[in-house]
Amino acid sequence: MIEVDEESGNFAMKNKGISSIFQGKNVFFRIGSVITGALVFLICLSTVWLPYSPTQMDATAKLNAPSFLHLFGTDHLGRDIFSRVMEGAGNTLLIATCVVLIGCIIGTLIGSLTGYFGGMADIVLMRVCDSITAFPSVLLALVMVMLLGRGKYQIILILGILFIPSFARVVRGEVARQRNLNYIYSAKLMGAGHARIIFYHILPNTISVLLPTISIGFNNAVLAEASMSYLGVGVQKPDTSLGGMLAEAQSYLTSAPYYAIFIGLVIVLMILGFSMLGEGLSRNNATN
Amino acid sequence: MQKTTILQVNQLNSYYTKGSKVFGKKNATQVLKDVNFELYRGEVLGVVGESGSGKSTLAKVILGITNEYEGSIVHNSLRPQMVFQDPYASLNPAFTVERILEEPLLIYGKYGKEERKRRVMEMLENVGLSEEHLKRKPRELSGGQRQRVSIAAAMIVHPQLLILDEAVSALDVTIQAQILDLLIRLKKEHNLSYLFISHDLNVVYQCCDRVLVMKDGEVVEENTVDGIFDKPQHEYTKQLLESAQ
Repeated sequence: MIEVDEESGNFAMKNKGISSIFQGKNVFFRIGSVITGALVFLICLSTVWLPYSPTQMDATAKLNAPSFLHLFGTDHLGRDIFSRVMEGAGNTLLIATCVVLIGCIIGTLIGSLTGYFGGMADIVLMRVCDSITAFPSVLLALVMVMLLGRGKYQIILILGILFIPSFARVVRGEVARQRNLNYIYSAKLMGAGHARIIFYHILPNTISVLLPTISIGFNNAVLAEASMSYLGVGVQKPDTSLGGMLAEAQSYLTSAPYYAIFIGLVIVLMILGFSMLGEGLSRNNATN
Repeated sequence: MQKTTILQVNQLNSYYTKGSKVFGKKNATQVLKDVNFELYRGEVLGVVGESGSGKSTLAKVILGITNEYEGSIVHNSLRPQMVFQDPYASLNPAFTVERILEEPLLIYGKYGKEERKRRVMEMLENVGLSEEHLKRKPRELSGGQRQRVSIAAAMIVHPQLLILDEAVSALDVTIQAQILDLLIRLKKEHNLSYLFISHDLNVVYQCCDRVLVMKDGEVVEENTVDGIFDKPQHEYTKQLLESAQ
């Protein structure tokens, strides 16, 4: 505890806000933001410019090794892997972001309401969440694909629903803890309504537990999307995503190992970048 | 001087039920037993007693935080407010001091932006803080400063009744004296009534007009401060006084 005298009010530890992350020695955040920044830059670039068309085939350049002409080499149809990775990573990122958004918004809503009010709805909804998490998520997703069909938007919806419980659980626990703190009693005495107390008073205080959940959830979403596309139920051809490309690449693992390696590397970098970003943010939160 | 009653408590009983309600009151512990008292305008009523004597429950019941009680509570005061013991948990950690103070005014919703700002500044100066504290969050304030902010937040809606639950107990002696001075000054300026809950007899002696002594949920003695301190009647009051010296 840092206590300095009452009058001067000087403290060794002060909240400098977001800028302190860059000034401090928060290595995680720096490396994470460099990796993520580079990937996001390339993905944004892919919407306006690509070295080659990702669908353009070249019969004379099948399975070429990486060169200055084709940075990551070419695939079995002679398409430029680098261009395809840029576009595929964009799809993966888009899907993962939407999945986390759906899971986070609905999960936070459910978690905060059940955590605050408790009672029967709380018990029922939490048991529903338990039963969803009890199934292996890929299996459950495949069952839902059977019902909803395959495709990009179906996958977003399905994974989004599957990601709700993890957010709901975390937010519920934190809200249930906060609701019995004195500042909530004070707010009630001031005449604040339930909605105001939940969304204006309590929710900002759940950020510190929500941030790590978002970064872990994002990584899981990238992996889940890759698995679904790998199994062929995610993004449909001619569109591409990292998982779908990985499925194609595995046939050429011995003859053209760079094909799979580069795609795998991009998945690893994407996950690494976001986990470090998340880790950096939560460490920054903890020291403040 | 004519006395206006701010708070009247009659035959107040409160139970604390443990576990399931299947076994009814067998499982219930009685926290308050037949509590009767009145609080007049401009008066500071002290409530003393050891831990577990039902002091905090009394406060919560009066303010309607707990509904498990029987008996009648009549208060003629607008917007009764409470200042809690722990200045660390009683302020929203995500809010700045400015937002903490502005929030009650926003909830009552009848003030314009300029007016809110003016009232916040006025209240802040009233409790001895300055503009530099406006943008700080509770964790960047010391214990005394936090308690000042708590008091300011409770006072900003001009309550007539303020319940102070061990409001100075967590602070060290010099800060305690400053906060007590502040409370007494604010009381005189706004003609407020306090229900001052404390286990510390010295503090009670400094600021209260009348004192209720509580033991195991019962009021065992009620008298003016001088009466309690000079001629304690009940055995328990004598014990308390002896242990305080």
